[in-house]
This record gives sequence, C-alpha cells and structure tokens, in this order.
Amino acid sequence: MQCDNCGERPAAVHLTQIVKNSVTTLHLCEVCAAEKGVQTGASIAKFPLSDFLASMGKEAAGALPSGVESEPCGFCGARLSDFRETGRLGCPHCYATFETHLRDLLRRLHGSSQHVGEAYLPPDAGLADRRRRLNELRDQLRRAVEAENFELAAELRDRIRILE
Amino acid sequence: MTLDLSLLPDGGIGWADASGPEGQIVLSSRVRLARNLQGLPFTVRARDDHREAVLEQVVKAGRSTRHLADAAVVRLDRLERSERQLLYERHLVSRELAGLDAAGGVRPASALLLGETLGVMVNEEDHLRLQSLRSGFAVSEAYAELDQLDSELGRQLCFAFHPEFGYLTACPTNAGTGLRASVLIHLPGLVLTKEIGKVLQGLSQVGLTFRGLYGEGSEVVGNFFQLSNQTTLGKSEEELLDHLVRIVRQVIEYERLAREKLLSDAPNVVEDKVWRAYGLLRYARSLSFEETMNLLSGVRLGVALNLINEVGVYTLNKLMIFTQPAHVAHLSGRQLSDPELPMLRAEYVRRLLEEDARRLGGEGPRATGK
Repeated sequence: MQCDNCGERPAAVHLTQIVKNSVTTLHLCEVCAAEKGVQTGASIAKFPLSDFLASMGKEAAGALPSGVESEPCGFCGARLSDFRETGRLGCPHCYATFETHLRDLLRRLHGSSQHVGEAYLPPDAGLADRRRRLNELRDQLRRAVEAENFELAAELRDRIRILE
Repeated sequence: MTLDLSLLPDGGIGWADASGPEGQIVLSSRVRLARNLQGLPFTVRARDDHREAVLEQVVKAGRSTRHLADAAVVRLDRLERSERQLLYERHLVSRELAGLDAAGGVRPASALLLGETLGVMVNEEDHLRLQSLRSGFAVSEAYAELDQLDSELGRQLCFAFHPEFGYLTACPTNAGTGLRASVLIHLPGLVLTKEIGKVLQGLSQVGLTFRGLYGEGSEVVGNFFQLSNQTTLGKSEEELLDHLVRIVRQVIEYERLAREKLLSDAPNVVEDKVWRAYGLLRYARSLSFEETMNLLSGVRLGVALNLINEVGVYTLNKLMIFTQPAHVAHLSGRQLSDPELPMLRAEYVRRLLEEDARRLGGEGPRATGK
C-alpha cells in the first residue's frame, strides 16, 4: 500500500480519525506521518524518553550559564566546565563549591532542592565508631606507606588528623 | 578468576520464580539506593587506590550486616568479558559496571556484593548502589529490606550527606533520596490495542519514566517496559514509592482492560496470534534473541488469558534469562557465533517447552482452542 499523502513511499502508519461521527482512515508513510505530527506507539517506543533522561544530567549541566566559571573544587579539583562536559560531579565537596549553580539545577530537575526524605546521622557521632574508623585509617596509612604511595598517605594522614 | 554461577546465592534469579503478586503482568520489582563515601572523589574521578579503598570498606561493612554477612563478593575487574555479560544479562550489574560499553572497559575494583535478595554494586557511577530485586509487584517489600541494609551500612560507613541536598551523588539527577524504584512490566494488551503511546505519555506527565528491558538507554523488546520514578529529591522515600505503586496499579488495570477488549473484539485473532508464537518457539530450529523475546511475549499473553496451558510463567521467565547470548554460550560451555548461537538457542527453547508440555499439558498443543 502506498502513502495517501505522497503516493511514493509505502504506507507504514494507519491513522483512524473520527470527525463528526464519520470515520476516515489515512495510510501514511513514516516521513509524511512525522510531517503531520502523528506519533505512533512504535515511534515513541523507538525513541524512548529514557534516551532523553539518560542525557538529562548532561543536558541539564549544559543548561548552566556557559560563560560562568568558578573556582575549582578545593577537594577534587573539578571545575564547573568539567561538570558541564560530563554531567558528573567530582566529589561530595563539589556540592558545596558549586552550591548556587547546583541549587538552581536541582530545582529544575526535581522541582525542589530541599531533601525531605530520611535524615542521615553519620557514624562519627559515636566515640566507639570514631575509634574504629581511626583504626581503619591508620591501617590504610600503614599500607600506603609500605606501598610507597605517598600521595594517598598524605591524604589519609589529613583525614586521621581531622578525626583526632 | 572464573565465575561459578552456581555459587551465587539463588544464582541471582530468585525473582524469576513468578511467585510474587501480579506475577503474570509484573515480572519483577527493583529498588536501588545511591550512596557515596565521604572524603573520597566520586568513582569516575577517583584513582585506582581510592576505588580499592572504597571496595575494601564496603566489603568489611557488609560482613557485619544481616543481609550481606554471607554475600558473594564478585570482582568484575577479574572476570572475562563473557562472565561479566552473564551478570549483566541477569540484571545483577549495570552495563557501566560490567564495562560492556565500547568505550573504557571495566574499571579497576568494580565489584558486586550479592546476598540472597539484596546486592550492592561497588564503584559504579556512585560508590555504592544498593539494590533489591523481588518477584512480581512488590516494591514496598523490596524497599523495606533495602532500608534495613542502608541503615546497617550507614552505621559502619560515612555516607556523603548534605542537610539541604540529601544524599550526594555523582549525577545530580539522583541526589536527595538516591532512590530509584522500578517495575518490569509486560504490556502486550496496550501495545496491541495501540493505547501504549497514550499511557507512556501520561506517565511522563505524572513524573514517571519508562525504559527497555535492560534499563537506561535500552530499547523496548517483547512489550516489556521498566517503569520508574523520574525525580529523587523533594519527596520522601515513602511518597516516591507510594506514587509509583499507585500509578503502576493503574497501568496494570489499563492492561487488564486492554486484554479484555482484545478477547471480546477479536478472540480468534488473539488466539491465533498466541498459538502461532507458541508453535514457532516449540518447533523453530533457529531463533534470534529479539524474535525469541517477541514470541515469548505472545505466549505469555496466551498463558495469562488461559488460552495456553502447557507452559508455566516460571519457564517463560527462565527462557527470558537463559536465551540471552552469554547464557546460551554458557550453557554450551564455549564461545559461539552465528549461525550456531541461534540454533542452540532454539534447541534450548524447544527442550524447556517440551518438558513443560509433558508436565502440564500431557497431550501437547490442542487441535482447536475451544
């Protein structure tokens, strides 16, 4: 069956319309159907919203004002431009570094930036836990020194100092 | 390191037993929570030794929890590609964690902790992705268990949390609760009655989204859709779950109505369609994966409508898992390619359907439906 509109391509979309109690059926090719703005279940399923969502982080990041560049994150060194490019932040501290930009972005993505779910209490609150974590960190520090991984060792030493 | 699937609790496919509520329409329910450790860069920006430290801490913390005390620890970076693909095909790890994307490959210290019904992906996009998978429509049950694990792990590990933004994640689309709940649902009625477009568009208007069989970015095959919440911040965990459950219940109802309409408007067409699907699966000598999925969809509809009795839903679920490429290869014990793969797939499908027919139907396909 040929397309009713262009008469050239084979009809792929069969559109049944009811206007003033009379039924008309149009047979259209994919191109003409798209031109007429007809969306089919199949065409929706072929281009799922998921693709859009998969890229949403990135798109949303791209929606940040492009001229703006702020100081890099003091912890991981990530810049706003890195985020714009990848859609991924570098570390938890990035949320504080880019707070203003992210608040806007989160509002656009979720409709709100205020978390109302479960509140988390870090284990540091307990002294016993802190001791345990310190032990772990000291253990890791020892191994880092043994492995001559001094960059990691310095970082661990800093974390131990904070906990102490 | 080689992967012995029989050593994994449940083989990781406990959800396929079709025992859950609404098991004929909803295959499985999944909830995941994204968590990151304070004081370390997110996975993508982390160094190898950071990722090793994350894995070490998570494994240690997991040992002291009720649900992961005996968990299998599977290091994906020490597995062959085909083995990683097996885990991916079982929906136990994401494509990203399994390193199956053309770019990159598997990241060092990528791992999976797998307990009876719960698991944790380590060093995925976020340091931890806690996940729970249940048979049928059981979103709340899946979350209840996961919530316990989250609390237990949170007492051992220091999660990155912000008073305003909630749990901090590598991608801001997951921040807040870090919760994504989804159901894998079979909607042939809505597809056949051409109502599916409207339903899917409606979903996006109420804050839900849909994906294909394998989650993010995957195509819809065999009329199987994954429906999940789109936002994660600004609503509590309970609100997000309630909303999803309410909407999915409606979708199930629409699907039921569509099936009823099909049966009353065109019973002969439907009956012919589902038996043709069964016939092809039962006797074909070569099957592609996509064709298999589409035919399984038809047979599944036939079983749900009581038109086909010689096959059980559990077998259909099992076929969905074991006819995937890495699984067919695994069953045969060697690397396979065209045309061997589709032939072995067909052979496997025939064997399972024959066994079920002998067990359930006795006389094989009936000559007439009524």
